[in-house]
Amino acid sequence: MTTIVVFVESAGSTPRRASLEALGAASQSGASVVAVVTGPNGPAVAKALGAFGAAQVVVLTGADQYSPDATAKDCAAIVCELKASAFLVAASSTGKDLLPRVAALLDCTPHCDCTALRWSGSASGTRPILAGKAIATVSGGGGVFCASLRPNCFAAVEKAAAGTVTTRAASSARLAVVVDVSAKPGTKLDVKEAPIVVSGGRGLRAPESFSLVEDLAAAFGTAAVGASRAVVDAGWRPHSEQVGQTGKTVAPQLYIAVGISGAIQHLAGMRTSKVIVAINKDAAAPIFKVADYGIVGDAFEVLPALTAAVKAAKG
Amino acid sequence: MHIVACVKRVPLTDIQVKVAADGKTLDTAGVEYMLSFYDELAVEEAIRTKEKLGGEVTVLTLGPADASKELRECLAKGADRAMVLPDNAWGTRDARSTAKALAAKVKELGAQLVFTGRVATDRDQGAVGPMLATYLGWACVTDVVSLELTAGGGKAKRETEAGVETVQFSLPAVLTCDKGLNEPRFAGLKGIMAAKKKSIEESTAEQVANQANFDKLELPPPRKEGRILGEGAAAVPALIQALRNEAKVL
Ligand SMILES: Cc1cc2nc3c(=O)[nH]c(=O)nc-3n(C[C@H](O)[C@H](O)[C@H](O)COP(=O)(O)OP(=O)(O)OC[C@H]3O[C@@H](n4cnc5c(N)ncnc54)[C@H](O)[C@@H]3O)c2cc1C
Ligand SMILES: Nc1ncnc2c1ncn2[C@@H]1O[C@H](COP(=O)(O)O)[C@@H](O)[C@H]1O
Repeated sequence: MTTIVVFVESAGSTPRRASLEALGAASQSGASVVAVVTGPNGPAVAKALGAFGAAQVVVLTGADQYSPDATAKDCAAIVCELKASAFLVAASSTGKDLLPRVAALLDCTPHCDCTALRWSGSASGTRPILAGKAIATVSGGGGVFCASLRPNCFAAVEKAAAGTVTTRAASSARLAVVVDVSAKPGTKLDVKEAPIVVSGGRGLRAPESFSLVEDLAAAFGTAAVGASRAVVDAGWRPHSEQVGQTGKTVAPQLYIAVGISGAIQHLAGMRTSKVIVAINKDAAAPIFKVADYGIVGDAFEVLPALTAAVKAAKG
Repeated sequence: MHIVACVKRVPLTDIQVKVAADGKTLDTAGVEYMLSFYDELAVEEAIRTKEKLGGEVTVLTLGPADASKELRECLAKGADRAMVLPDNAWGTRDARSTAKALAAKVKELGAQLVFTGRVATDRDQGAVGPMLATYLGWACVTDVVSLELTAGGGKAKRETEAGVETVQFSLPAVLTCDKGLNEPRFAGLKGIMAAKKKSIEESTAEQVANQANFDKLELPPPRKEGRILGEGAAAVPALIQALRNEAKVL
């Protein structure tokens, strides 16, 4: 049986959903799955992973501060020792940063931000290119199939496995180290991870009216706020919320675009969402071409009504 | 300090994509090009770093021999040298062979600091920067939104799902530039005139064969025809109904 190594990220002692999806993709292949975790909460995170298909969990110890280059060396060494056939990460900030380094250490070519994988015969993946305007099928890339997986595109699989935990001293040679993480205020979800995204554009007219967008996101409970580039460039919203070609690429279960025209560069960042809803007062706005459901109307009238209805529906 | 900014020519962001007859590559007929959005940030940061700490900036591209329009623009903004590693297959080069070729040239140039874009907006990989650093054995920080440099190293901030990370790194280093790091300048008339006198150097790249296969290129499946549910707040109940019973996301 072949082995697939998956690097698993965590928030505190909870594994991140996108990493569980990567574990799910690995176990779907039928391979034996080995998870790698690091950081001060490593042992606690490791305990949870057996339930998600990890036959073995390697905890990197002594690395309380994250170093991308040292972690890459450790992952590459584990891949080599286990003669693994593939190395997977979530296409998160950390995962996207780690994958190419591990690939280079293995002298392989990474397949970044895959939205689907196929394991029959030789492994292959599909990945959107040109900002989602085309979908490429890619394969090969050297001895180890290295891929990052776009969040929300793969299913986490609850599958009991041995979950045997071993430890390994993290590499001590470090060229770069994360010395501080200033957490987002509150428990705000990131647009890339959230299962629901409510995005606002210039149609909201002023930064203050984003409170209407925030209210709707809050009514859903598990939603993040996104924004078009126009409002980010205007300084109404932080860059971290920008969705599109020069912002974040998101693929949530539900994407709601409010007062966004649907420029090609915006669509690039959200067109793989499962369900798209558009609210725009212009019936001819291009966003309606990609929306599953549309409401033609004034955001200032529709948003409060929708927020109230979602609250009522959630009971 | 010798600083290199790596830049790539990419199709304009608003092109209508057509797949070539081979079913694997982009039909480039009529396609117009630009410097990748983030590479403009890399060039700007390289020039600012030179202005602050002194040194020399070389703009480096692996690509078509006629990338001179884009490179001249970089010279006009204040880069000292511009170098092309001519490669006819640049459109289909994989990240590893690109990174290896660039690494060899960066080493030869004796650079200490390399800026790249966060991602090139054609293949959307975000791989060449960290791979280049790994082949060189250098430090690397990706997606940099703010930077404090000193002689031996620096601190860079990057935005992640968890919040803003501060990363301390040693030099030499590769830094990949994200939006927010700077606002690229426009070339002034003086710069444009000066750039006319500079030559664009051609140099050879280490030839490394591609490893990755591009098996197929397709247009994304069209989203199934959507529905306008109605106008104004009156359409909200229909939307709730659809989200709950049809789409099953509520
Ligand atoms: C290289 C490049 C990269 C880019 N990258 C991105 C990117 O990453 N992300 C991105 O989003 N854009 C990007 N853009 C910009 C993009 O081209 C558009 O300019 C931008 O998306 C427009 O933002 P918007 O839809 O908020 O504003 P607008 O285009 O101004 O649209 C506003 C919409 O709101 C509607 N509206 C007005 N009032 C109301 C109301 N009261 N109620 C409801 N609707 C209302 C209008 O009908 C209109 O459709 C990029 C552009 C370039 C050139
Ligand atoms: N052919 C190339 N020539 C020079 N620099 C490149 C080339 N390809 C990629 N890069 C650099 O690497 C960055 C990331 O590219 P990519 O990994 O393809 O997304 C780009 O923004 C450029 O700075």
